[in-house]
Amino acid sequence: MFLSLSIICLTVAVLLAQVNKLTAEPIAVAKAMKLQNAIGDVVPDFDNNPIEEAYLMPDGRGDSLLVYPAKKGDEIVGYAINSNAAGFGGNIQIMVGFDIEDKVVNYAILQHAETPGLGSKMDVWFNDTTKPSQSIIGRNLAEGALSVTNDGGTVDAITASTITSRAFLDAVNKAYAAYTQSNEDANTGATESEADDENIITEEDEITEEEISNE
Amino acid sequence: MNKNLKVLINGVIKENPIFVLLLGMCPTLATTSSAINGMSMGLATMFVLICSNAVISMLKNVIPDMVRIPAFIVVIATFVTVIEMLMNAYVPALAESLGIFLPLIVVNCIVLGRAEAFAAKNSVVSSIFDGIGMGLGFTLSLTLLGSVRELLGTGTIFSVNIYPEEYGSLLFILAPGAFIVLGYLISIFNNIQSKRQNN
Repeated sequence: MFLSLSIICLTVAVLLAQVNKLTAEPIAVAKAMKLQNAIGDVVPDFDNNPIEEAYLMPDGRGDSLLVYPAKKGDEIVGYAINSNAAGFGGNIQIMVGFDIEDKVVNYAILQHAETPGLGSKMDVWFNDTTKPSQSIIGRNLAEGALSVTNDGGTVDAITASTITSRAFLDAVNKAYAAYTQSNEDANTGATESEADDENIITEEDEITEEEISNE
Repeated sequence: MNKNLKVLINGVIKENPIFVLLLGMCPTLATTSSAINGMSMGLATMFVLICSNAVISMLKNVIPDMVRIPAFIVVIATFVTVIEMLMNAYVPALAESLGIFLPLIVVNCIVLGRAEAFAAKNSVVSSIFDGIGMGLGFTLSLTLLGSVRELLGTGTIFSVNIYPEEYGSLLFILAPGAFIVLGYLISIFNNIQSKRQNN
């Protein structure tokens, strides 16, 4: 009795290990592709590898966000920022892209658990450029944080999903806080000595790798 | 062969897991918010059913009676894990939309039910046919349920537009719509069945 069950379990374990070995690489590739596509969608054209150069930046509220710098040559053309906020049905994770002039280029929803057909519309609602009162594309956050019209802001909330809309804009605002820090660092970092720069980068790289493997 | 065909049709119509046996309601209600989700859930379950039925009927003489349930569950869980890894690797978007219900196929009562009620007593070939039949019945029912909900909710079937989205009723995409549509589909199915028996 024990023998037969043990043999079954052992066989199964070997089989699963094999399948795991086979699929581990495609799964990692698929995950990386998803991240890469999200970054590519939200920032202007770039030719570096933002995932390799990612680092953490404080969002001004005691937490840190992953920032993916997009560069063309040595020139920074924008930042994609992995931000999050508590939505109606759970955590909302988005990738927001900014150009170097504080403007939102685009965004992508990485993960959410909002109500299908209501809050889940945020993937198209806020980037509909034919409706400027609800679109956030091209908005300049240096002119002030984004908020929904119900709260005296300038962005129309998704119909019947104000909580989701608030959370979404909150995530964008958080991303902008991390963005301003990155932008400042990039400008002042140029005048610092190179040795210092390298130290900072390696330190941050370690953190980001941990962060990525945690996900 | 004739007997096998009977087993297959039995799974689709006479003992349809959703409309007749009312088994596996949890994934049925939760994943059918669109036709494509329902269909992929059905196909994933069908794959597990066929494989687990085949393996269990092969092992039925080696597995002692006292530990048969744990042995069945191990076999079923293996196939579920395999399909979960494969889906994560090759169709990540679909795996994401099925979410937690993919690993939960393990506890789907259809799979264990068929292992216990059919595969443990019948030959390998007819067990495979039973797996195909039951899986097909499950897939067709889930696709039908998903199509109706998607059509009433967003005006599309398999993302093909039938009528403008604004006229759709969101209720059908949400949980209550699942119960309502399922109830009506069961009553329609029963009606057809009883008419056929009377004739």
